[in-house]
Amino acid sequence: MATPLAKARGLGAAHRGTETFWRQRMTAVANIPLVIFLILSIVTHIGADYGTVRAYLARPFVALAMLALVISASIHMRIGLKEVIEDWVHGKGAKVVALLLATFFAIGVGLACVFALVKISLGS
Amino acid sequence: MGDSTPEARRPLSPHLQIYQPMLTMMMSIAHRISGVSLAIGFVLLAWWLIAVSSGPEVFATVNSFFASVIGRFALLMFTWALIHHMLGGIRHLIWDTGRGLDKTSIEIFAWGTIIGSTALTLLVWIIGYWLRSAA
Repeated sequence: MATPLAKARGLGAAHRGTETFWRQRMTAVANIPLVIFLILSIVTHIGADYGTVRAYLARPFVALAMLALVISASIHMRIGLKEVIEDWVHGKGAKVVALLLATFFAIGVGLACVFALVKISLGS
Repeated sequence: MGDSTPEARRPLSPHLQIYQPMLTMMMSIAHRISGVSLAIGFVLLAWWLIAVSSGPEVFATVNSFFASVIGRFALLMFTWALIHHMLGGIRHLIWDTGRGLDKTSIEIFAWGTIIGSTALTLLVWIIGYWLRSAA
């Protein structure tokens, strides 16, 4: 039978204290191969013409890796920006506004990339 | 906000300006700066992907930016920030396991991140240009 302390230990008031920490590590690990892939994609396509770039991004493996990257990276970026804001923005109102903007920014940029990638893959 | 309350005058823990700059501390800040800079890089990536999805005309405009000196410099800094943040992140993942937290290791990790990120960025660009010219 668990004592009240054993039940409460590690949970904290919100009952999920390490969720953000863990999510940041999960996305960090996922980002390692995906970012290497992105860097190689960038440097091998500098100055390439439209047809080449579009055909490259429309390849299923490339599109999937890019989609995985922008989703993982936007989650990682949102947590990172949140941590920086929580440490450095001190005004109560300014902090809330900054946190909102960081979240909207991460979702907005992530969605823009996802939309573009889907459009490239499905044509038109 | 709340400057008149006694809580506002409680002593604060020492902040950055109290300490003499040290390499490991600068690397901690560099990890944050590279991370926040990558937000700008993410916008560039979104801009580029949208341009590709929009058609040849829009792509030509965006591509001429990335082909310019400023555009190439932005891409160079973007790749450097990516690699720097990645190596700094791997260092953090090692620390998460409880390893490498002694004074010697943190110095090695700090120099490894600086030298490694610069060397890998240059290497990647040299290989990239070499592949482009070979194609």
